[in-house]
Amino acid sequence: MKQKIGPGVIVGFIVILVWCLLPVAWIISLSFKSVSETTTGSAQFLPKSWTIQNYKDILSNGDFTDALRNSFGIAIIATLLSVIFATLAAYAIARLDFKGKRVVLSIALAIAMFPVVSLISPLFDMWRTFHLFNTWPGLIIPYMSFTLPLAIWTLSAFFREIPWEMEQAAQVDGATSWQAFRKVIVPLAAPGVFTAAILTFFFAWNEFALAISLTSTTSSRTVPAQMSFFVGPDPFNPPYSQLATAAVIVTIPVIVIVLLFQRRIVAGLTSGAVKG
Amino acid sequence: MSTTVATPAQSAKTPPGKVVASDRAVAENRLGQKLVAPAVVIMVLVTAYPMLQALYLSLFRYRLTTPEDKGFVGLSNYGVILGDSLFWKDTLNTVIIMVVTVAIELVIGFAFAMVMHRIMIARGLMRTAILIPYGIVTVVSAFAWQFAFSINNGFVNSWFHWLPWISPQQNWFGDHWHAMFAIMASEIWKTTPFMSLLLLAGLSQVSEDMLEAAQVDGATWTQRLYKVILPNMKAAIMVAVLFRALDAFRIFDNIVIMTAGAQNTESSSFLTYRQVIQQMQLGMGSALSVLLFLAVLVIAFLIVKLFRVDLASARGEG
Repeated sequence: MKQKIGPGVIVGFIVILVWCLLPVAWIISLSFKSVSETTTGSAQFLPKSWTIQNYKDILSNGDFTDALRNSFGIAIIATLLSVIFATLAAYAIARLDFKGKRVVLSIALAIAMFPVVSLISPLFDMWRTFHLFNTWPGLIIPYMSFTLPLAIWTLSAFFREIPWEMEQAAQVDGATSWQAFRKVIVPLAAPGVFTAAILTFFFAWNEFALAISLTSTTSSRTVPAQMSFFVGPDPFNPPYSQLATAAVIVTIPVIVIVLLFQRRIVAGLTSGAVKG
Repeated sequence: MSTTVATPAQSAKTPPGKVVASDRAVAENRLGQKLVAPAVVIMVLVTAYPMLQALYLSLFRYRLTTPEDKGFVGLSNYGVILGDSLFWKDTLNTVIIMVVTVAIELVIGFAFAMVMHRIMIARGLMRTAILIPYGIVTVVSAFAWQFAFSINNGFVNSWFHWLPWISPQQNWFGDHWHAMFAIMASEIWKTTPFMSLLLLAGLSQVSEDMLEAAQVDGATWTQRLYKVILPNMKAAIMVAVLFRALDAFRIFDNIVIMTAGAQNTESSSFLTYRQVIQQMQLGMGSALSVLLFLAVLVIAFLIVKLFRVDLASARGEG
């Protein structure tokens, strides 16, 4: 709408920024408070004296670094596998005519709505039988099935927009089919695949219910699960500033990804959900 | 899992040149099914099969601490659950959280979407800001808000004690409604931006010409909102409400971190988790899983019926 920006819009703009960033600023500020300051109680927003001791403590805490390794490993592997399978499926859905296309989309839709917690009881039982309990694959496999629907939607919406005739045009101009695929189709499809990968990564990075149910030690516990067990010596007085530090560290990858790829994430989120 | 690459199969069907259309269609049909097979197998194996397993286990008395005591009990697990006041209390909590958060998110999300639609400057900054709550780990959001509402270390009491209903010594986790408020604050904070992005996408599909025509015809702002903007965004609103409602109904992370179910703030998901993982009651837990699944189905059905929108057509699928 090419109207001039009124004061209401400016106020709204500021409200949105404060809404989104205040809690983030809050945990960052809290992470620089000393443990003794939060133990005695410090109701002010900013630290009385700034310290980086929490970061030193958390990053030398073996349980936390193990959890960080598990989070990265599990999220990245789940993302790669999920995106590969979703790309194959989305290509078929967008370009080929085959029986059962609607069935596939319905299954994906149903799984997107599936209550994850419902799976805790059967998976807990099954994973112990298959020796997948407390292992990386034990989390990677369910993460794949829960991210595939979103990835398939995003990618099939994206693939439908690709001008596939260009592949043939390149072949007419003398390119081999491999060249046509690599030089024409891959660059066009890459942004969509990449967007699906980001959304998948966010899910796996965020997941908590399965992560605390299907793991039992730091050999496979991810950061969100580890944080819920990190209560410190006094359960009624959790180590606020250290938890905030862990929270900041696990948020850094999210912020980096958002800063670099905001446009693609928004396109991916909305293309999969709202069309026509 | 065999993954057939697109190219060989395609080139296999092209050489004869004058293939009959039906042969081509058969080959395309087969290739399409091969390509979707791995994804479908993974999706079904980890959801449908375990769900059937849960259905089966829910008919047994089965506690992991006393496995030799396992025995078929028919539907009695369901009878116990449906006759238990805790189950209904938790269900009520979950429904309250779902209805309140989705309603508030819809209003605030729409306001945010209007602002984002109008703003011409600093769009990158706005997008970045709005995506941070979306991308942030729910457990982190729960901790951030738990600390913000803390008596000793939180800023909420000291910033807002001038409001008549907030005392400087307010213990937000000391009673049911205050604790529910804190949980919903974290939930609303994290998910409103997602809602606003979906609504923004719907808003940008409302024709500007139609809006101008309405304005020329003398429609007030409210009339334009209710007669032009909202009806044209119906599909987007439907998708946003459906996804957020089902998501809110599954609320788990925020409650586990912020109250661990204290002050009667337990949700259905938390109850299921507690039965399985803490009490090791696989039979009872499986029955709860089945009920949770059925509840989600009912909610999805109600929302789709309520808005009378075909999801597939809303997505542009043929």
